[in-house]
Amino acid sequence: MALTFAATPRTHTPPPAQRGPRGRALRRNLTGWAFAGPATAIVIGLSIFPAVWAFFISRAKWNGIAPATQVGWRNYQLLLQDPDMIAATKHTLLLTALFVPGSIVLGIVIAIALNQKIRLIGFYRTCIFVPYVASAAATGILAGFVFNPQFGVANDVLRHLGLPQQQFLENQHQAIYIICLIALWGEVGFTTVIYLAALQDIPKDLIEAARMDGASKWRVFRHVTLPELRPVTVFAAIWQTITAMQLFDLIYTTTRGGPLNSTQTIVYYIYELAFQTQRLGYGAAAAYLLFIVTLLLSLLVIWYSRRRGSEVF
Amino acid sequence: MRWKLPFSPWHLLLMPLALIFVLPLVQMLLTSFMSSAEINQFPPKLIPTSLHLEGYRHLFSETPALRWFINTVLVSGIAVVSHLALCSMAGYGFARLKFAGRGLAFVLILATVMIPIQLLMIPTYLMFARLGIVDTLAAAYVPWLASAFGIFLMRQFFLGLPAELEEAALIDGCGRWRTFRSIVLPLAKPALTTLAIITLLWSWNDLLWPLVAISDDHTFTLQVGLANFQGMRRTQWSQLMAGNVVATMPLILAFLFAQRKFIATMTFTGIKG
Repeated sequence: MALTFAATPRTHTPPPAQRGPRGRALRRNLTGWAFAGPATAIVIGLSIFPAVWAFFISRAKWNGIAPATQVGWRNYQLLLQDPDMIAATKHTLLLTALFVPGSIVLGIVIAIALNQKIRLIGFYRTCIFVPYVASAAATGILAGFVFNPQFGVANDVLRHLGLPQQQFLENQHQAIYIICLIALWGEVGFTTVIYLAALQDIPKDLIEAARMDGASKWRVFRHVTLPELRPVTVFAAIWQTITAMQLFDLIYTTTRGGPLNSTQTIVYYIYELAFQTQRLGYGAAAAYLLFIVTLLLSLLVIWYSRRRGSEVF
Repeated sequence: MRWKLPFSPWHLLLMPLALIFVLPLVQMLLTSFMSSAEINQFPPKLIPTSLHLEGYRHLFSETPALRWFINTVLVSGIAVVSHLALCSMAGYGFARLKFAGRGLAFVLILATVMIPIQLLMIPTYLMFARLGIVDTLAAAYVPWLASAFGIFLMRQFFLGLPAELEEAALIDGCGRWRTFRSIVLPLAKPALTTLAIITLLWSWNDLLWPLVAISDDHTFTLQVGLANFQGMRRTQWSQLMAGNVVATMPLILAFLFAQRKFIATMTFTGIKG
């Protein structure tokens, strides 16, 4: 890096008066690109270029070794009728529909609780934020231990409450809900922290004025606090939707899509298609479909929030 | 007359929540020091009766966990240093310098934020295979050298910084590079801290990409190594928990020591991300 800059002439030599306008423009461009170029090249080279390439791959039948055959839109047509893809989409949507509102509601409730001036609040804060820094992979392995049907803590708690023992992650009807619960455990710290910051940004006089006018605590919350939180909610909804739609690590380290494919999500399916069964073209098409759907969902949320009059984007 | 609790009712909500969030991690730590016999008991025990290190011993003797740890430190270290250098330079360039193609480049960078990893992993894998870096550590760190998020974060920070200081230095004959190094960067410490923490968190915890790009078990990162190890030894809980401790404790300790900075970082991601 140092070499690049040593080659760029310094401002004070030669005197600016002797340089033509063209030379100055050239040097300005060189300096600009010397600063911005390396990072720009990496970011664009590792995203725009592969994304375009992925589109061409998605229109081919290819295992990565033998020559690819062009099949046009066939991969996309097959995907729409693929029962595994349809099941994976259902699981992903179910997860998203549970995870996004769950993490928003829990985030608001916990943030309000953590915003109180009571004893031990520092301790509570630390406890609630810590899981966020643990990796999803480690969280998944830990969850396999806690929810172990034979000797896990979860069944021990049920036993103490006099409830029947469960199979949790090993039961095809429960696994996806348990995964959602684990994802919430790992991610709620994030929504909590942004709501906490938003709560602390609400002007104190706004709430005091409403209280002076005789509004009850609930009415203040409903009509003053909640509307102030709306921009954060729009952001959280988009961010958490993307998180939920891309859930992979947790599934890889808990169920690997099982039992009986009941937790197979779209990203997990794409991973299996491309890197386990070497169907690169088909996998790329599935990735493109998911990308378009996520994009449309985000735009929908933005459009809806614009119409409701809260500007965040 | 209303009956009143001797403490704030919020404790009734926060105490159980705090325990739900932290106890699994405590159990992970304690279990890593138990013997296998003790772990396989029902009802489960939280506190080990005596300190056993067999989980750690087996982990480090039967797997290259030490290599995984070193690999992860290297990948995250390179990611953080490269992010700090390249993203701050680019952020400064986009905020302060005028050059041909600046607008287009910036729009393209912003657009990349929308492209998800699952779309990129197939072509990136093929590209890295052609470059011959699949199965090397480079495959794990190259995608972490810079990010759109980092460039955007630094640009926003520099836009908010008053330009007068730099202008004075430039008029005094200080070059762009020296002005950036000796005047602008020291002022950017808060933004650089945020960038370092978020890059550390994301690169350390990444599983999907290194899982795709690396299949040689001496080149694994911790997350990939553990996920793989778990696939083979589903029931070796003392080793798995020991591995989990090795993989999560560095970040948890960093969080406990610099909690304020971590929380500021999470908040910033939420507001500007």
